[in-house]
Amino acid sequence: MPEVASKLSPTSMPRRAGVGLKAEHYTTILETSPDIGFFEVHAENYMGAGGPPHRYLSAIRERYPLSLHGVGLSIGADRPLDSDHLARLRQLVERYSPELFSEHLAWSSHEAGFLNDLLPLPYTNETLARVVEHVDQVQEALGRRMLLENPSTYLAFAENTWGETDFIAEIARRTGCCLLLDVNNVHVACTNQDWDPIAYLDAYPLSHVQEIHLAGFAPDADEEGRPLLIDAHDRPVDETVWGLFAHTIERIGPVPTLIEWDANVPDWPVLKAEAERAERLMADIDGGRRRTPALNHAH
Amino acid sequence: MIGATGIPVFSLEGSEQASVMHGFAARQADFARAILDPVRPAPAGLVGPDGRPSERRFAVYRNNVVVGLIETLKAAYPVARRLVGEEFFAAMASLHVVAEPPVSPIMLDYGAGFPAFIARFEPAAVLAYLPDVARLERAWVEAYHAAEASPLSPSALGQVPPGDVLTMRLTLHPTVRIVRSAFPIVSIWQANVGGDDAGTVALDAGGEDALVARPETEVEIRRLPAGAAAFMEALRAGAPIVEAMKEGLFASPCFDLAIALRGMIEANVIVGYDVRPARSEGAA
Repeated sequence: MPEVASKLSPTSMPRRAGVGLKAEHYTTILETSPDIGFFEVHAENYMGAGGPPHRYLSAIRERYPLSLHGVGLSIGADRPLDSDHLARLRQLVERYSPELFSEHLAWSSHEAGFLNDLLPLPYTNETLARVVEHVDQVQEALGRRMLLENPSTYLAFAENTWGETDFIAEIARRTGCCLLLDVNNVHVACTNQDWDPIAYLDAYPLSHVQEIHLAGFAPDADEEGRPLLIDAHDRPVDETVWGLFAHTIERIGPVPTLIEWDANVPDWPVLKAEAERAERLMADIDGGRRRTPALNHAH
Repeated sequence: MIGATGIPVFSLEGSEQASVMHGFAARQADFARAILDPVRPAPAGLVGPDGRPSERRFAVYRNNVVVGLIETLKAAYPVARRLVGEEFFAAMASLHVVAEPPVSPIMLDYGAGFPAFIARFEPAAVLAYLPDVARLERAWVEAYHAAEASPLSPSALGQVPPGDVLTMRLTLHPTVRIVRSAFPIVSIWQANVGGDDAGTVALDAGGEDALVARPETEVEIRRLPAGAAAFMEALRAGAPIVEAMKEGLFASPCFDLAIALRGMIEANVIVGYDVRPARSEGAA
């Protein structure tokens, strides 16, 4: 068993690989019942009153474990959480009983409305207190622990007084929330911020991690010609990210791991092959860990 | 404001907002304004790894928001997109998303204001039918996500005593949307939704009213016979059949009650009926 991940709150989510559920794949999944660890959906895509999305999700949920992933709660905003949105999330959680619920360390709501992106926040005592307050509120409203996801960022706030991993660790410590470690976001943020990704992972509160995300990024450059990676979810997982994933699994053992592929969505076999690779990698590393338990202490 | 921590709050150099707002809230307000205004510079104090500001990095966020919303509109309005072409559509959509950014985190609700925007958008005025086609596409999206209900079977309706038919009230399926137009919008929609060869539509062939509904899994779009749109709108507002019939006839002297009802039964858009006498509205 992984060292600590299961101590926080036992989850029935299998320590396997899953994929983000896309409308393009609904019928293939129902017709072929592929062997896949779980599916994850964006909560906001299932906030219509009815319709095919709910019909398909209900049928798929009957056969598979489910992770509900919010993208619109704006936990990192200064303004109070939208109580209507929180109520809608509670309804979805009650309706589908997902094994996991996660949201982002980011914001998107502002005075005039909603910006459909995961925007960054400064890491200060002020923002820390606000995020902690919001995470507490979510966990109370949903009656369960949530997972908080680390962001992909393109720039930093000059006023930061906390490092990102310490900031996240402190949120987890104060709220008891679990974490969703997005390894692609680690690579994207570390490249864009000129941080060392291994140092990032080693400083990350891995004992709180209950799920991992893997995805593809789009390479670009800033005006100085420095690499600028964009969290595009539009292609296969990069080899560097697979390497960081392996590093993480060596530390904590198999974790529910999601392949996110949200744009230029490929045919089902391509997506499934990515999940199979993640699962093989976890099995290989776990086998090694079991044979040589001392490896756990090598780091 | 929380967080009286003694940590110095970032000062908004050169900003007229500095004395009014402070800290986190001011930061986010500034950020949001700059996202939606491409000529506004990136907010101060957002830096790359060398500690210097970077417009290019901020532009990633701006681009994610604007392009994401344009993509949402593209997906919701495929026929309008085909009618005006990719480039024109993207330009029109980009003006709309900045003028009317989302007010809700539920993106499937986004774009409700787009048909009205198109109607006011002068460069599109030559395509007089475009706003109505867009309203039809919006109705499709709404029907797709609207609440479920079970249509009544024709036999269930057949049990209504003939003497009660005219005073009966009908409950329409919650997915029902009605779009009335002076243009042949259903024909235009059908000719363009497939993706391959658009057939030709005679624009002077007269207007078409559309019934949009999703009685089961698929959204269906049908042409309504003359006066049926007014009839169904009256029914939906709670009028008994006899009153709704007057609305139908008022809209078109060709309105035919039997044809309208048969069409509704075939379209599976009736989910309930009530044969009790009129509720106490206006009873003195």
